[in-house]
Amino acid sequence: MEPGGPLMANFLQQVVSGLATGGIYGSLALALVLIYRATRVINFAQGEMGMFATFIALWLIESGWPYWGAFFATLAIAFVGGVVVERVVIRPVERAPAVTVVIITIGLLIGLNGAAFWIWGGETRAFPSAFSTRAIHVGGVAFSIQDLGVIGVSLAAVGLLYVFFRFTKLGLGLRAAALNPEASRLVGVRVGWMLALGWGFASVLGALSGMMVAPLVFLDPNMMRAVLLYALAAAILGGLDSPIGAVVGGLVLGVGLNLISTYVDFIGDQLKLPVAFAVILAVLLVKPTGLFGRTTVRRV
Amino acid sequence: MTRRRAITLGAQAGAFLVAVALLTVLPHWLGDFRASQVAYVGIYFIAIMGLNILTGYTGQISLGHGAFMAIGGYTTAIMVGHHNVRDLWTIPLAGLVAGGAGLLFGVPALRLSGLYLALATFAIAVALPAVLKKFDHFTGGTQGIQLFGRPGFTGKGYENVHVLGQTLTFNNWLYYLTWTVAAVLFLIAWLVLGGRMGRTFRAIRDSEIAATSSGVNLPLYKTLAFGLSAFYAGVAGSLFALATTFVNPDTFPIILSLYLLIGAVISGLGSLWGIAAGALFIQYVPDLASKYVSKAPGAPSVAYAVILIIVVLLLPFGLTGLIRKSARPLTDRLFRGHNQ
Amino acid sequence: MPPLLQLEDVHARYGPTTALRGISLTVGEGESVAVLGANGAGKTTTLRAISGTVKRSGRIEFAGQSLGRRGPESVSRLGIAHVPEGRGTFGELTVRENLRLGAYTQRGAAFKADYVRVLNLFPWMADREGQQAGTLSGGEQQMLALGRALMQRPRLLLLDEPSLGLAPSIVGEIFRRVKVLNAEEGLSVLIVEQNAVVALDTAARAYVLEVGRVVVTGSSEELRRNESVRRSYLGY
Repeated sequence: MEPGGPLMANFLQQVVSGLATGGIYGSLALALVLIYRATRVINFAQGEMGMFATFIALWLIESGWPYWGAFFATLAIAFVGGVVVERVVIRPVERAPAVTVVIITIGLLIGLNGAAFWIWGGETRAFPSAFSTRAIHVGGVAFSIQDLGVIGVSLAAVGLLYVFFRFTKLGLGLRAAALNPEASRLVGVRVGWMLALGWGFASVLGALSGMMVAPLVFLDPNMMRAVLLYALAAAILGGLDSPIGAVVGGLVLGVGLNLISTYVDFIGDQLKLPVAFAVILAVLLVKPTGLFGRTTVRRV
Repeated sequence: MTRRRAITLGAQAGAFLVAVALLTVLPHWLGDFRASQVAYVGIYFIAIMGLNILTGYTGQISLGHGAFMAIGGYTTAIMVGHHNVRDLWTIPLAGLVAGGAGLLFGVPALRLSGLYLALATFAIAVALPAVLKKFDHFTGGTQGIQLFGRPGFTGKGYENVHVLGQTLTFNNWLYYLTWTVAAVLFLIAWLVLGGRMGRTFRAIRDSEIAATSSGVNLPLYKTLAFGLSAFYAGVAGSLFALATTFVNPDTFPIILSLYLLIGAVISGLGSLWGIAAGALFIQYVPDLASKYVSKAPGAPSVAYAVILIIVVLLLPFGLTGLIRKSARPLTDRLFRGHNQ
Repeated sequence: MPPLLQLEDVHARYGPTTALRGISLTVGEGESVAVLGANGAGKTTTLRAISGTVKRSGRIEFAGQSLGRRGPESVSRLGIAHVPEGRGTFGELTVRENLRLGAYTQRGAAFKADYVRVLNLFPWMADREGQQAGTLSGGEQQMLALGRALMQRPRLLLLDEPSLGLAPSIVGEIFRRVKVLNAEEGLSVLIVEQNAVVALDTAARAYVLEVGRVVVTGSSEELRRNESVRRSYLGY
């Protein structure tokens, strides 16, 4: 065995499992960023929307649907749900101060959490994983197939979204509506619907992260609380304005926290969250718009 | 002073006196239990006032005011629980410690604006419970600190309290204590915000660039607002610790910070006159939801959320917005009547 | 035949501030019309009332359709391209994406042909397709805005202060383009402009606004001869 082999192997395993959780944080962070760019608010209910969708997925699976059938059906339901939420409760407060909209999303958080308790109860449930929990061995390092699968799904989702936003007309309309609503209206973009679609896509990402994290932590109504906080941290780290920043922030946070809690005894699991937020505060103080935050180039 | 301003001031002074009179006699009709509930309303009243100074007057959103309450609460708990200091003296001290923390936080906060600031404050509220648990030497860790029965704790517990020649039950004592503090702090806020400082705060909220160019020392006033706001939160936290008779890391959860912001928005930002509504909302709506809707687990939260969302949709500018909207035609009519 | 665009007694306000107090004007098919006036006279608001970016009342008809209740999304679909104050370019998007947005309501095939046409009109854009619009010079941004408007295949072009903040030579260039589009392609144009000299040079007719009302109207020739117009807006 080469020198430092087991240490190195352990390190690589931690990095990969960090990338898996990081991918989950990154997906949810991207959802937050999508909504921030469209509506200029943080959707505090993003995690609970994902949790609720995950319960729907479990319900479908338990009533006999195959995993992937339930998976895609849930994404579709989540999309519709996101659009409906925007139309019904966000649209009416469009012109109100940002803090009012934030309050609405906090209301949604409380309501969805309560509704999940009401419908499905508070006990934790096992959620099936699409991937085997076995490990594959590559050069003495054991990688969990589940971790690799989660990384793959997150990257595929982010990649698809990138292609959609970058190369389709609707994607361009969505970006334009977020950047300059008034000018978008003048070229015929239906800005109101663009915002609703943005909520729909964000909701899909939330559902995705919910279904990916549920096999790791078990499903219960409070499952997404911590994930939301990490996603927030990732989004701030990357810059609330930057979709790429959100994904990178999620991965950095996932790997970083995994390594810190493995190798720094004092921090362990207990201080993970405070450390995450201490890092965020530090980043904000040095770079107030995050690592990838927009420094707009504008000439008059 | 214009006539309109005089009438507004008069109406406000009148409203204040009527409120004081009502609050003084109210315990005669409240039972002991209800008195303690209304004492909590007073505590939220103070905390929301503090948050309103920051968010409503200077436009800096805080999602972490529960953390400043925690600082105040722990200051009182440590002084009374560990060092046998008389609890009343710790109230202003708790305010000062929290206010100091607010000033300290206000300096780096200058670099942040809008939602970034909100999230930074949120980060503090999120991180605080874990920090309190970790540094258990001062904070008692997960166990927290017991005030009940400590020598510095007025009434030692639930004994009657003798004050100004009156004998009060413990809950009535709490009631008068919190509302006296609330009234004093309200007057201070009214004077401060009605004067030059209030105008400066509002100028900052409306446009930082315009405020700076008319000579406002922006960093000074924004930090000052943070400090003042945290002072109020600290006092509220101190009273909260006295009312619950103990503190532990879960006494000031993240959701408290969110509730305070909900209260401030329902009150209406940028005015002191709707705050009681926000405080009542925090204290009573969750109870009402479970009492009258359904006690099934989760159901009260759903009811609470529905009520909250409907209230915010109906009153996007809070109760104050409603008062202003309905008061304007009235004052307009008064003036028209006078001119003709 | 009724004019392409007709405004009759149009009022508009921003909150408590009244901006238009009963404007009436027309733009005929293929005509080029200017709206002159001082700051705050209601020039910009007139355009905003047409495109639906401000709340308005009164009669506004375009090609036989009433615009009164339509929002900007719907007005633009009828064939009115509004280049707003400050040009409305999307600074974070590329030149190509800005032009693509102009064709947002067109079918994909139409985009290709129109894109080539705009690049022929402004050849410099071809080399800088991928550049962020925010990094262009002011004059280039104005041309990009014009190009974007043309991508909308408009029957009527609304231009708000195209000269704002630009060097005189570039102003001349832009107005020449507009004049050519009007003369050779029959594009109807309504230009709001403070620079009355260039505006009267480009347009065949003009309206002069003061505090939300039309005070003078006539052909460009008549207005140039009008004593008070000359003193207030032409400066000689």
